[in-house]
Amino acid sequence: MRLPIQYNLRNLVVRRTMTLMTAGGIALVVAVLVLTLALAHGFSATLVATGRPDNAIVLRSGSDSEMMSGLTREAARVIASDPAVARGADGEPLALSEMVVLVNLVRRGNPTASSNVSVRGVDARVLELRPDIGLREGRLFRAGMDEVVVGRNLGRRFEGCGLGEKLRMGGRDWTVVGTFDAGGSGFDSEIWGDAEAFLPAFDRSVWSSLTLRLKDPGALPALEARLEADPRLHATARIEQEYYRAQSQQLAAVIRALGLFLVVVMAAGAIFGALNTMYAAVGSRSREIATLLALGFPPRAILASFMVESVLLCLIGGVLGCLLALPVHGMSTGTTNWSSFSEVAFEFRLTPGILATGMLASVLLGLVGGWFPARAAARRPVSEALRAG
Amino acid sequence: MDSPTGGRPIIALRGVSKTYKRDTIEVPVLAQLDLDVAEGEFLALMGPSGSGKSTILNLVSGIDSPTAGRVVVAGVDLGSLDQAALAAFRARHVGFIFQSYNLIPVLTAFQNVELPLLLTGLDRRQRKQHVLDVLGIVGLHGRSEHYPRQLSGGQEQRVAIARAIVSDPSLLVADEPTGDLDAASATEILDLLGRLNREFGKSVVMVTHDPRAAERAHRVLHLDKGVLVESVQRDRP
Repeated sequence: MRLPIQYNLRNLVVRRTMTLMTAGGIALVVAVLVLTLALAHGFSATLVATGRPDNAIVLRSGSDSEMMSGLTREAARVIASDPAVARGADGEPLALSEMVVLVNLVRRGNPTASSNVSVRGVDARVLELRPDIGLREGRLFRAGMDEVVVGRNLGRRFEGCGLGEKLRMGGRDWTVVGTFDAGGSGFDSEIWGDAEAFLPAFDRSVWSSLTLRLKDPGALPALEARLEADPRLHATARIEQEYYRAQSQQLAAVIRALGLFLVVVMAAGAIFGALNTMYAAVGSRSREIATLLALGFPPRAILASFMVESVLLCLIGGVLGCLLALPVHGMSTGTTNWSSFSEVAFEFRLTPGILATGMLASVLLGLVGGWFPARAAARRPVSEALRAG
Repeated sequence: MDSPTGGRPIIALRGVSKTYKRDTIEVPVLAQLDLDVAEGEFLALMGPSGSGKSTILNLVSGIDSPTAGRVVVAGVDLGSLDQAALAAFRARHVGFIFQSYNLIPVLTAFQNVELPLLLTGLDRRQRKQHVLDVLGIVGLHGRSEHYPRQLSGGQEQRVAIARAIVSDPSLLVADEPTGDLDAASATEILDLLGRLNREFGKSVVMVTHDPRAAERAHRVLHLDKGVLVESVQRDRP
């Protein structure tokens, strides 16, 4: 008892100017929604990709981030010798004492703009604990030397971060001797150097964190219990990947909330556009509707037909919106992570799920925008509509 | 007014009144009308504008309801049906022919004629056969893929007639079917209606202002201000 879908498709084609204008409005809403989700997802994915599920990060008890943490050398040594910690080929614990500070760097090509960048002091074992990270150009810094390597995102974003350039930090000049690729994770936005060289340069006496390779991630609760039980340590441990995921949650939620607010405001406008188009469609086809009702099509068939038409109209907008948003996939941008107060570079990431959400939104807009006009069409008295036609 | 043909009535109106309300003003259109139309009868309704002709068509086809009285068509008391049942009744028993054809402009002749069959349980192949059959009856076999704008007025009306008869209803209601046509096309349409009445046994109720059209009917009823004022009986051919 359904009207043929060609009836709706051809009506959309016949009224192509209005169809395109309305679909354009829907397309903008869907594009903004998709871009917002891609932005939030890209940010989250970058931080979630940071760290490994079999590494634990140890911070001072009560610290939410490395910036607020501090571990003495003695405490780090005790923790590294815990039985839960894996050992390397040399029999030494796979543990990395790290020092993290923020430095303010000038943006490349814009001397008046600057941003905080994380500077991480590590040692040569860093690539053993983070095997997913590799040198892209140059070489690793040498112990005790004023040398650094930088993440792949920094070279083009900040002055002094290009290979062979010099960075002024902690009152000293540091030569960039290599760049590393951390696979799009948050480490790509960091500067790494020898921790023992960084400590005096940045006037620090304690580590910010200790990263451990666990023999078994399931051993974390036992490790935590031992840390808690030892009054000398004042330390707490968590899985490294979960630590970075938690760091992304606050800003990702804000991006999503602001984006959705924008989408809701725009969607309200787009719904009025769809309403207007569908009311115009119903008005101009009053006699057609009356004829279909006279032929015996029940009101619900008319209602369904106009709902289908409204959804088709908005689906056109949904497809256009997704196509509009597609080119930004992979584009990189940066923002300050509110948890670490440092810049994190990340990419817009469009996923099939985000595109499906955009299409679903267009269907919802079609259903909301089509409901009242479709109901008006289905409820109109036949004899009156025939006379009006 | 009884059917003078004496056949079993396909339409029986008893004490039917209809009043339209425009804002606060009530406009009486039909007053205490009694009317029988026999099965197989070709009835023409004439009268000035506002005399109630089209209202009778609307009432017997179930697209409007009387203010008072009973309307029984094909043995069904239309007052007992809800909107959904009335829609099903129209689909089963009534074929509509409008002055302005009322074809769906974005559908082809074939698709327009097929519309009533979408309300039946026929499959695609059966629907196609029925549509081609009736397009053949109205002489438009070769125009099935034409859109209404690609057809002449007479051809459009023949498509509309094909649509009206495709589901084999017992009653055809025609509201000034020749009103928008030139004389030659009007004659073709009236010939076709006469043929449907004679050869296929369709009961026809036609509203017209054209005396030449009314001449094709078995009986002509004249209305004025909602009251039957004259009935002219013609011999069946």
